[in-house]
Amino acid sequence: MRAVIALPFVWLGIFFLLPFALVLAIALGTNAPDSVPPVALGFSLKSFALLFTDDLYLAAWLTSLRIAATSTVVTLLLGYPMAYAIARAAPRRRPLLLMLVVLPFWTSFLIRVYSWMGLLADNGLLEQFLRWSGLAQNPPTIIGTEWAIHLGIVYAYLPFMVLPLYATLEKLDSSLLEAAADLGARPFAAFLTVTLPLSLPGIVAGCLLVFIPAVGEFVIPDLLGGTETLMIGKVLWDEFFTNADWPLASAVAICLLVLLVGPIALFQRQQARSLERRT
Amino acid sequence: MRRARFAFTVLGLGYAFLYLPLALVMFYSFNESRLVTVWGGFSTKWWSALFANEAMLRAAWLSLRIAAVSATIAAAIGLAAGYALARTPSFFGRGLFGSMIIAPMVMPEVVMGISMLLLFVGAERLFGGPERGFLTITLAHATFSISFVAIVVQARLADFDRSLEEAAMDLGATPWVTFLTVTLPLIAPAVGSGWLLAFTLSLDDLILTQFVAGAQSQTLPMRVYSSVRLGVDPQINVLATVVVAVAACALILSGWLTRRKA
Repeated sequence: MRAVIALPFVWLGIFFLLPFALVLAIALGTNAPDSVPPVALGFSLKSFALLFTDDLYLAAWLTSLRIAATSTVVTLLLGYPMAYAIARAAPRRRPLLLMLVVLPFWTSFLIRVYSWMGLLADNGLLEQFLRWSGLAQNPPTIIGTEWAIHLGIVYAYLPFMVLPLYATLEKLDSSLLEAAADLGARPFAAFLTVTLPLSLPGIVAGCLLVFIPAVGEFVIPDLLGGTETLMIGKVLWDEFFTNADWPLASAVAICLLVLLVGPIALFQRQQARSLERRT
Repeated sequence: MRRARFAFTVLGLGYAFLYLPLALVMFYSFNESRLVTVWGGFSTKWWSALFANEAMLRAAWLSLRIAAVSATIAAAIGLAAGYALARTPSFFGRGLFGSMIIAPMVMPEVVMGISMLLLFVGAERLFGGPERGFLTITLAHATFSISFVAIVVQARLADFDRSLEEAAMDLGATPWVTFLTVTLPLIAPAVGSGWLLAFTLSLDDLILTQFVAGAQSQTLPMRVYSSVRLGVDPQINVLATVVVAVAACALILSGWLTRRKA
């Protein structure tokens, strides 16, 4: 048994945990463009200071958190009724309905984001449709705006919201709803006082599964967003690949980690609890 | 019931939302015109163009090899991790162990990307290797896929009937023989679906790969990304159609297999 624990423990220790120490070490170094790799080790807080004083970076942090938060709420509002409907469908239909939600997840993330490019493009399919149907004569271009980023996040992460919600809603004991109805609760009141609180673990898990990766999202703002919307994942990418400023990119990674350690720990606790309940 | 009707309406709209963009991309893969927003008549020329695209095919072959190897590593280590989590309620460092299993699932990929790259750069300075390319990409993919396999295996073991294992032990089987002859065959479907998940995740990964790949290797997502950055590309529409078709077939097949067993 000891070997069974040791193998994954050591692997993850080397490839997952140890690298964060290196990221911290590099973040405390300074940029040295002429050496390979372009870092001079040391103990300098310059990169961190820059992240918290430069207006551009501060704006990127706030934009990332704001976009991730609003997208998460929209995903929840769309995903909850979907999960609810699947959980209420006839049991033999559920596998098919669930598969239709999961299928996009098995295709490619990159291609799914790409599929919106032709739709949202300037004079793209959506604009053509709006003009043709007479819904709007001069529709605004969506690609390159924050709207497009929101749309992309909701689209890409919807399956991650529906699955945990479905898992809790499916287990819901319907006799509790009958009891509420017997005691005179209207359907909506019963939903608010019985279904909603009991599905809270699913809501929390789904929201964290969307929010945490969305904060550091790179592909969606890069392909669908414009140059004026700066998200922190894109800052890290550009500092690293375009400016070759490894210390600054590392400092962004450390800050992102510190920012998300709370939500990640919450997600882990929930995950552990839901598994322990089954044993 | 009215609330359920509302929910079913949203479900329908949700499916339309999920599938309409993909359907349009697939439709436009048969477009004659180079312009993706203008329909110029039916043509399969982009299909022949993609399958004659040397660089794209080479990238796809590299991606498939990396996915197969990294998924196999992840399945083996993830099986051990899931088994350890499900069967040992307490050991030294279990809290840390649990965190290391869960965290990669939600960790923003740019963070994992930079940390993995720095590890490989550090290893290069200390040991003179490994060279960045196939090996580093495979190691990185295996590392973040372990979590997904471990979770699937742990969940399967959580509602596992242990009396079968106890029976085997009572009949004199050693723990190792019991695992191989009783436990493993019963959780094999979970390991298999974990492997498939790891395979898919590896095949699709862009960000982590971009960080740890050297200058020489280009995987399929890297190739696709560098092409779509410049705008919509009819060949990518064809690729998207192939990917969606393969994923749909695989899911239908696995659904059919599990139903037949039940």
